[in-house]
Amino acid sequence: MSDQDDDIILSELNDEDLVAQMFDDLYDGMKEEIEDGVNILLERGWPPYRILTEALVGGMTIVGHDFRDGILFVPEVLLAANAMKGGMFILKPLLAETGAPRVGKMVIGTVKGDIHDIGKNLVGMMMEGAGFEVVDLGINNSVESYLGALETEQPDILGMSALLTTTMPYMKVVIDTLIEKGMRDDYVVLVGGAPLNEEFGKAIGADAYCRDAAVAVETAKTFMARKHNQGAPAA
Amino acid sequence: MITDATLTKEGLAPSGKGRVLLIACGALAREILAIKEANSLDHLDLQCLPAILHNHPERIVPAVQDAVAKHSHTYDRLFVVYADCGTGGQLQAACAEMGVEMIAGPHCYSFFEGNAAFAAQDEMTAFYLTDFLVRQFDAFVWEPLGLSKHPQLRDMYFGNYEKLVYQAQTDDPALTAKAQDCAERLGLAFERRFTGYGDLAPALRGLT
Repeated sequence: MSDQDDDIILSELNDEDLVAQMFDDLYDGMKEEIEDGVNILLERGWPPYRILTEALVGGMTIVGHDFRDGILFVPEVLLAANAMKGGMFILKPLLAETGAPRVGKMVIGTVKGDIHDIGKNLVGMMMEGAGFEVVDLGINNSVESYLGALETEQPDILGMSALLTTTMPYMKVVIDTLIEKGMRDDYVVLVGGAPLNEEFGKAIGADAYCRDAAVAVETAKTFMARKHNQGAPAA
Repeated sequence: MITDATLTKEGLAPSGKGRVLLIACGALAREILAIKEANSLDHLDLQCLPAILHNHPERIVPAVQDAVAKHSHTYDRLFVVYADCGTGGQLQAACAEMGVEMIAGPHCYSFFEGNAAFAAQDEMTAFYLTDFLVRQFDAFVWEPLGLSKHPQLRDMYFGNYEKLVYQAQTDDPALTAKAQDCAERLGLAFERRFTGYGDLAPALRGLT
């Protein structure tokens, strides 16, 4: 996508063209260019939340769709994610200062016995991009680790990830413990990972299986909207 | 003589000789043929699916189902030489539905060491390579992960691993040296562990 981009000077582009160029740069995993683009938009007075949603999340959504459709593969998605991370690093403190809307809060982690975190990290980043506050517990999380974080952080959503057939059953251990302690209905539980499927998600008592980061974001938003509607006074 | 590249991309067609057909991963072809020859298991025939399915577990179940459908009427018995291989239990479920047996274990790393011994080791931070995967390291690891073009991604993939365990099915100093080089390229410590054929040999000998 960027073969002809060598001579493009980002600061000379109007807002619309700059955002379009940032979509291309995200797609091509060009971290420095994304950081430059974010800084230029900030200098032009764009609110951080607008840059996040329109330039970064907009671009990553295209990446997500092309990954789903088999046009992009894991290395390209990781490069794009790394570029987005560069932009997020600039925006994150500003988002907190400017009181950007918070859609909800999620605690996320890879289950016990599993060290794989690429998918989890992508989900965390896309959830942040969608306005969720994300507490990342990292890898190899025991029941105690999840429960401790749920009590401390009081999130709306618990996300669990596993890449191995041998570790994915641990998700049920966590959910069963939540049930035992009477905490299950306090949280939306989303699960994901390469060997999982919808049937497994249902069987272990999760609220939903999410096949990729984009689906995780949409699913989380749907549950949050449902929660808000339930809390709204009857008309 | 069949090449590793052919086993990776195309697999191996059955010879048509034998009562029992093994439907196996191409990465196991040489080991299965060696066991067959060493034990005079002439009643076994072998079909291998392309080994690169290892990188696409979601394609394994349909490929095995197709092979079973194609050969179920021409052999007395079919036996699937895939472990779960990242299918999340779906291969086991599909085999049960088709009435076909498969080898036990989560993956070949496990049955090469012996499933019981492997489970007891609990090596979460080990990245495993077999003889075949050492020989085909570039085709299975380096190129698909984009590491030749984007070496900066290495630690995103392997940052949580600590060591590369080369599970040697054979004694081959050249292969050991190549495995050690793989470990260095991935930035991991290296361990060579001779496994031989592990649970694979008795599983095949038990097929009558």
